[in-house]
Formats: sequence, C-alpha cells, structure tokens
Amino acid sequence: MAALTTVIGRRSGGRRSANRRETRAAYGFIGLWMVGFLVFTLGPMIASLVLSFTDYNAISSPHNVGTANYRQLMSDPKVSKALSNTLIYAVMYVPVAMAVALCLALLLNRVGRASGFFRTIFYLPVMTPPVAAGALFLLLLNGNQGLLNSTLHLVGINGPNWTTDTAWVKPGLAITMLWGVGGMVVIYLAALRQVPKELYEAASLDGAGAWMRFRRVTLPMISGALFFTLIVQTISALQMFDQAYTMFFGGQQNSTYSNDAALFYVIYLFQQGFSFLHMGYASALAWLLFVVIMIITAIQVRVSRRFVYYEGERD
Amino acid sequence: MITRRGFLAGSAGAFALSVASACGGVSSSKGTSGSGASKGDTGALSTQGFGKPDDVGQARIDAFKSAYPKVQLTINEGDFDPQQFLSAVASGNPPDLVYLDRDLVGTYAAKGAIQPLDDHLDAAGLKTDIYRPAALREATVDGKVYGVPEFYDTRNILMNGKALQAAGLTAADLATTDWNKLHTNAAKLYKASGGKISRIGFDPKLPEFLPLWAKANGAELVNPDGSPNLSDPRVIEALTFALSLVDEQGGWSKFKAFRDTWDLFGSGNEFAKDQAGAFPWEGWYVNVLVQSTPKLQLDTVPFTDKQGKPLSFSNGSAWCLPKGARNPAAAVNWMKVVTSTDTWLKAGAARQATVDKNKSTFTGLWTANPAADAQVKAKYVKPGQTGFDKAVQNYYASNEYAFSIAPSKAGSEIKSAWMDAVNRALSGQQKPDAAMKQAQAEAAKAYSAVK
Repeated sequence: MAALTTVIGRRSGGRRSANRRETRAAYGFIGLWMVGFLVFTLGPMIASLVLSFTDYNAISSPHNVGTANYRQLMSDPKVSKALSNTLIYAVMYVPVAMAVALCLALLLNRVGRASGFFRTIFYLPVMTPPVAAGALFLLLLNGNQGLLNSTLHLVGINGPNWTTDTAWVKPGLAITMLWGVGGMVVIYLAALRQVPKELYEAASLDGAGAWMRFRRVTLPMISGALFFTLIVQTISALQMFDQAYTMFFGGQQNSTYSNDAALFYVIYLFQQGFSFLHMGYASALAWLLFVVIMIITAIQVRVSRRFVYYEGERD
Repeated sequence: MITRRGFLAGSAGAFALSVASACGGVSSSKGTSGSGASKGDTGALSTQGFGKPDDVGQARIDAFKSAYPKVQLTINEGDFDPQQFLSAVASGNPPDLVYLDRDLVGTYAAKGAIQPLDDHLDAAGLKTDIYRPAALREATVDGKVYGVPEFYDTRNILMNGKALQAAGLTAADLATTDWNKLHTNAAKLYKASGGKISRIGFDPKLPEFLPLWAKANGAELVNPDGSPNLSDPRVIEALTFALSLVDEQGGWSKFKAFRDTWDLFGSGNEFAKDQAGAFPWEGWYVNVLVQSTPKLQLDTVPFTDKQGKPLSFSNGSAWCLPKGARNPAAAVNWMKVVTSTDTWLKAGAARQATVDKNKSTFTGLWTANPAADAQVKAKYVKPGQTGFDKAVQNYYASNEYAFSIAPSKAGSEIKSAWMDAVNRALSGQQKPDAAMKQAQAEAAKAYSAVK
C-alpha cells in the first residue's frame, strides 16, 4: 500500500510539474498579447473613461467638468440622429449579410475539390481596403450612370439614387458592405463541414426533404457559428465608419455634401474628436456606444440560449 | 464546434471595447516653443498638409532651398489631416509648419494648436501689409496673426458658350442681379428627358457658395466679432432662392447624382460634353479647362449682388506655426520666402514652362500677395482665346473686391453647422428656415463655449 501511495505520489508530482510547465508555456504564448491588450486597449479605455469627465481638447491640459459631457449628449439631437441611423443600418445589414453568406457557403459546400479556389475568391474582397471599396461603390451606385442602376434598367426597373437620396443611402451602404461577406462565408463553410453526415442520412431515411434537412439538421448544427457571426457583425455594424466616411464625409468634395442620412455614430464621434477637438465629449460618446453595444450583446446572448446548440453542453 | 463559454469570454467584449479605446490614445503635452536655430538658417524643417507640390509648389520649394541651403527640409506630401496633425502636436512631436485652409485658423488658434506669429514675423522682418487684407483677416484672431496667407481663390460665373447660343441667351442673361430672370434663363438651359438630367442649366453650387448668395442678399454668415449669423432672414431668403434653382432642375437627388458623373478635370468635362450651362467657380478651374479643352467656347460674368455690383468671396490656404514647433525661425523664413513676390515670379516662370511644354495658355496665379499677382500677370499672362481671356480678367478683377468670411474661434463648428443645414435643406429633410435656425443654435452654442 505504501509503495502504491509512493508511486501515485510520484505520478501526481510529475503531473503537477508538467502542468506547471504547460501553464508557464501558456503564459509565455499569451504574454505578448496581454501586454498589447493592456497598453493598446485597456489603458486607452481607462484614459478615455477619465477624459470623458473632462473638457480635453488634445492640446491643452484637461479640466474636470463632471458629468457635463454625458448630460450634453443626452440633449444633442445629432447623437440621437446618429444612433438611430446606426441602429437602422445594423438591422438592415446584419440579417441580409448573414443570409447571403450562408447561401454562398451552402453553394461552396457542394462544390467539392474546387471549393478552395472559390473560398479564396470570396475572401479576396475582405482584403480590399475599405477606402478603395468605398470609392469604387460611389461609382457603381451612382443613380445616373452607375452599373447597378444600368443593370436594373435592363430589366425595366428605374433604380433609385442610392448615394444622394436620403431614403436610399443606408440600403445602398448595406449593399456596399455585402462586398465583404467573405469572412462569414469561410466561418459558415467550416461549420457546415463539421455537421455529421449520419444526421443527414438519418433524416433522409425518416423522409425529410432538402428544406427539412436544412431546417432541422443544418441550422441547429451550425447555430453556434451563426450566433458568433450575429454578435460580431452586429458590433461591427454599430461601429460603422470607414466605408461610410469615405463615401459621404472623407474627401473635400464628400465632406461638403455630407448627408445626415449617412451620419453614423462613430463618424459623429470622429468629427467631435478630430474636427472640433472635443476629445472629452468624444470620449463620452464612445462610452455611450460601448454601453449600447454591451446591452444589445447581452440581449442577444440571453435570447440565444433558446436557439443555439452547443455540442457537449446540452443533455 | 464552438462552445458558448469559449467565444463569449473571448470575442464579444473585445470587439465592443475597441471604440471606447479609440479616444484615449493621445496624451497631453506641455509643448514648448523651442528655441531651435535662432536665425532659422540651419536645422530641420518639416511641413504637414502641403500635399504633393505641382510645378508652382516645386518652384517655391526650390526657392527656399536655394535661400537656405543648410536647412534640412522635409515635405510631408499628404493633404492636411486633422487627426495626424493633432496627434503630432499632442504627443509633443509637431511639424515645424502646417498648411491648412484659412477658415480653420480660428478654431485651431482657439484650441492652442497653432501659435500667434506676430513676434516671429517682426523678428524675420516680414511685413504683413504685403498680403491682401481679406486674406490676412481670415488668419487673424483677436488681433493676432496666426497664419501667413498663400493662395487666394475668388468666384465668378463660368458658362458654356455653345449652350448659351443654342438657347438664345447671352452671358448677361445669367447674371445674378435679377433673381427672377436667372430662374427663367436657368430653366431655358436645363435639359432632361425620361426622368434623367442631361444638362444642368445653372448650378448655384450649394452648399459651399451659400456665403456668396447670402452676401448678394446683404448678409454675412459670420458677424465681424466671430459670432454666427446663420438665421438672418436674408440668409434664409438667399438659401431659399438658390435651393429653388436646384429643385426646379430635377431636385437635389437627381441633380447631384448627375453632377457626380462629370469628368471635372478631363477633356470630357461638363462643358465639353454639354452637361452644364453655367455655375460660379474658383479661378483655378479656368486653368483646368484651358489645359484639358483649350478650344472650349467659354463665357463668363462676375457674380453680382441684386444692385448689379460685382461680388465675390475669397478663401485659400495659410502657413501656420504649430504649438511646440522646434524651429520657428526657419518656419517663418519659409513663410517669408514662399509668399514673397520674387518667389511667386519664379513660380510664374515654372508655370510658363509647363504651359509652353503643353502648348497651352497661362491663365494667371491668384495669390494673397497683390504685388506678385500684378507682376506675374504683366510678365506671363498674354491674350489667347477670347473666352478664357475674359475669364482671366474677371478673376483678376474679383481679387480686388472679394470679401472673406470673418474669422471665428468656432470657425469649424460654424461652417459645419451651415453646411449641414444646407445639405438638410437640399435633401428635403428640413425647410430652409428650420435648417438655418437649427444651424444657428448649434453654431451659437459652439461660439459661446470658446468666446
């Protein structure tokens, strides 16, 4: 018995030692990232929280103004305008982008050996700088001579003025942003590849058609991936900046004809911070957005419990 | 498979946090004036905002290098970028010179991002009376000079001579003296078919030329003390009129979508392709037109007020000294050299060489230095094609009577307020009076915060 205890003790000690080595290695791997996070994300975040209670203008020393910036943003009509523009855009863009990406992934899943090639093709637009894409889409979406309206004209549709009509600016931007669904396609494709074939076979044997197999097997099995992209895309849509800024606010010409319909929250934040030097106010704006995002994310997480399947967590 | 715990912990928060961190990355700095080289004839000299110099810009760079060969000059070729500039100033690593629009000077001066120049100018022996008063006024805040003015842009009405002839009109028919008559004649020049515009008759150039329309109606957007005057009934009336020109030519949405298709700088420009009848524009555009379409039948008249008195508004660029600039003496030497009459003459020679190479026409340089303009004109501007000659004469003449918008410590906010208001009115989101009243409230709030 004593010998057995000794052997177990040695094995246990060896395991502890191995665990310690692994733990050290793990810290080694994440250490650099942690430093980056502390210096480039958490530090500036804390700084912005402090600055949101000041009149900081980036040049002079900040002075404490208490909650004045937060009170100001509650009465600033442009904040509510920018926030509503952003939320409307997110509601427009996210479901459509997810549906388009899922359709493309389903098609790619059937392609077989050539899927790698198509995967690359679909992912390439993600690598295109948003500024270049924005400039390109200004031409494509021009109401008078743009490619989109010219194509619609061929089938007898008089397309709207996507970039100049306030009612069509946000739908036009949502279409523009579909250009970058390649990242989601790759995620969905990976999820689709992991759905066990036996489930489809069993469903077929039970008489399920293609739609029922998709609805009862595919969707539940990739619901984790769908939920992940829902969260990420929602946050990304709420932080909409680069493409809209390029198209409607960026250059001298665009800023002259800036359109309230394209005034997204982060654009307004940027204007306050860098055009008017109201860094304290811009910091307060950033924290309001942070709170909004966290509330929306919390709601999504809460609701997801009913719809998302996690292998290994459900009975 | 993705597990709940894995991604909830890792991804959502990180994405959400990124915006909040964006505003906290710049620290304040004490910013010293820095003694640098006392005579400004040695040391490093860096600029921001000068863009990529053309022949005229390069000639002036060469003039400075020739005058101060020991100064190590670094031209940052990007256009003025507020984020880049502010980050540089706030981090204590500003450029020695910044080149920006004069209408930004008030805001940057009020925030302390740029320094008053009076003492430096005195030390360098640079007299500001060589500059046009309207230009210097834009760069002066609370009686202190914050910028040395450089170019000087004024506005006149440019016209498509062929379109006028075809419509049985003369240039005088599109003068801005009689607004009712202008309405009627703009409609005669306007062309559309099948719901699509094929020619804009008269483009009032909103929102950017609202100051001109307001002044024609007797009002200025900014009061002499720098406070906003955006809801003045005369401003609203001017906007309502200019807006009606757009509304009766297809409405803003179609009007702008069509205008966005113009090839402004090419041989297929809007006049060459008969897409435009007339519009007010800055003088530099005459040079673009003469280079790309030298045989164009151009016509022109001055913009006028309702009494027929010629009217134009001016703006342009200025050289400023950022807070914490390390070599202010060299910076002021730069300002002195690149805006001097001798240097503008060298720039004129460079432009003439380009014109000769392209077998084109010299259409003038319009600067904030009237003596330089007169000498360049006398030496290089020669008669050529009638329409362009007339345009060049009009722009030289408008240099003498153009007004500038009064400087304000809230200049950026005021400009943003009225531009946004005009855009709201153009897009039909608000009526002109409501839009301008909202703009006045926004601008007044910004002004009272910095007054």
